[in-house]
Amino acid sequence: MNEAPLVSIEDVKLQFGPKVVLDGLTIHVAKHDRLVVLGQSGSGKSTLLRLICGILKPTLGSVKFNGQEIPTMSRRQLNQVRSKIGMVYQYSALISSIDVRDNLALPLEELTRKTQGEIERLVDEKLEMVDMTSSKYLMPAELSGGMRKRIGLARALMLDPELILFDEPSAGLDPVISSVIDELIIDLTEKTGATSIIVTHEMDSAFRIATRMAMIYKGKVIAEDTPARFKESTNSVVAQFLSGDTDGPILAN
Amino acid sequence: MGCDQVAGRYLTRPGDGTLYLIEGIGHHTRRFLQIVSSVVWLLINTIAEMSDNVRRGRMPFRPAMFFAQTDRAGVGSVPLTAMVSLFLGLTMALLTGYQLQKFGSERFVPGLVAIAFTRELGPLLTGIVIAARIGAAYTAELGTMTVSEEVEALEAMGIGPLRFLVAPRLMAVTLLMPCLSVVATLAALAGTVFISWYVLNISPEYCKDLILESIELKDISTGIIKSVLFGMIIGLVSCFKGLAVEGGAAGVGTATTSSVVVAITTVIGFDTLANIILSQTLP
Repeated sequence: MNEAPLVSIEDVKLQFGPKVVLDGLTIHVAKHDRLVVLGQSGSGKSTLLRLICGILKPTLGSVKFNGQEIPTMSRRQLNQVRSKIGMVYQYSALISSIDVRDNLALPLEELTRKTQGEIERLVDEKLEMVDMTSSKYLMPAELSGGMRKRIGLARALMLDPELILFDEPSAGLDPVISSVIDELIIDLTEKTGATSIIVTHEMDSAFRIATRMAMIYKGKVIAEDTPARFKESTNSVVAQFLSGDTDGPILAN
Repeated sequence: MGCDQVAGRYLTRPGDGTLYLIEGIGHHTRRFLQIVSSVVWLLINTIAEMSDNVRRGRMPFRPAMFFAQTDRAGVGSVPLTAMVSLFLGLTMALLTGYQLQKFGSERFVPGLVAIAFTRELGPLLTGIVIAARIGAAYTAELGTMTVSEEVEALEAMGIGPLRFLVAPRLMAVTLLMPCLSVVATLAALAGTVFISWYVLNISPEYCKDLILESIELKDISTGIIKSVLFGMIIGLVSCFKGLAVEGGAAGVGTATTSSVVVAITTVIGFDTLANIILSQTLP
């Protein structure tokens, strides 16, 4: 009855020297879910995204994508898996020395055998999807924060990924542009059928985007549920985090 | 005074006051070995990423990026390399001529400068110029890309950042160094011909004959081998330093300074080592 999860993270521990970032974290992401991951700054949310695309390896535990164990993959296998995962960075991480068109064409030129005509068509199609056709030949330095986010999203979509990872998609944007980005995320993930994991601090965005929500605290997932049930959570840490209260277990610990 | 201060850092351990000079030496040796092993791994992984691409039936790196880097590292460095070498050639010919004139042996000046530049000063001077001009630029560029997560983004897309960013730079600087070394030597010889004619009364024709008589094939091959080695060292050190940047803009600045210092020191160190090995193998 239950479909196998697209991403399966089990009992993961990640340690940098003496600092334990994740400590027995377990979470499963079903296909077509939009999972929003919440947590304090430095709680390991972005680290979780880097574990999924194999940039970091866990000290202990299992990270699976489509049933394949990521940390033990060879570089070639890992690169194949990575082409099925799109990542949107907090500051977009567009290659600053090339223009928007080349940024979008890059994964196609490097990882596929598509002709220049096909590449051009796909670049135009993705720019259209994020409503940025007029910026095709601009350099990243000429774009505003919101425009960069959209181009970052378009780049992540270039290879039609099964999974899109968003690291703070609304950070540093004004409320209107932030809502535009949120709607774009919902719209594009629904259109493409991609699963997404979104790390954010913005509560409005989180509840707008999520089909499921999880919270990381002290290296573990302490709550995971639908947005409606998450809002009603009786967990004191979750309740304090959602309300933004200074009184509670978060600061006390 | 300076040495005492350096030794003092290791002779007194705060807290228990134990003498521990060895600890300091051990710390720096370990750090040095860590850097050396990281640079070797960088080279191995760059080759591995290029091989992966070749196995997929593709070019090992983007030709356009390679040619852009050769233009920048090679063509762009010609004026500076030639100018520095010309001045050094002039000075060297002038000073050696000044001394040898006392013994009536000034006709040895062109050969002396020619051998010195072909074997030693051409590659070394080019190495120092390229480490400062191109090595610093590579470190700053890759460092900024690392800080702004561009390098990580490439990796996350499945595009090997080593073959995409490091390989064209490394190949460009390694392959262009011998060419620049030849330019440096020719510029120095032009200076020598001028001084020989203007100060030492040796005609350019005779000067040319003296140069060609004195240079042997082993001098040229020694210079070429060394310049290839220096190019590789500069490329690896500068790219490694750039990719290992931590700590934002300040980190990029520190890494760039460190890259130039380490590259120049390593080039000079390897020059000595190469001289010892090549003088034995190419007698």
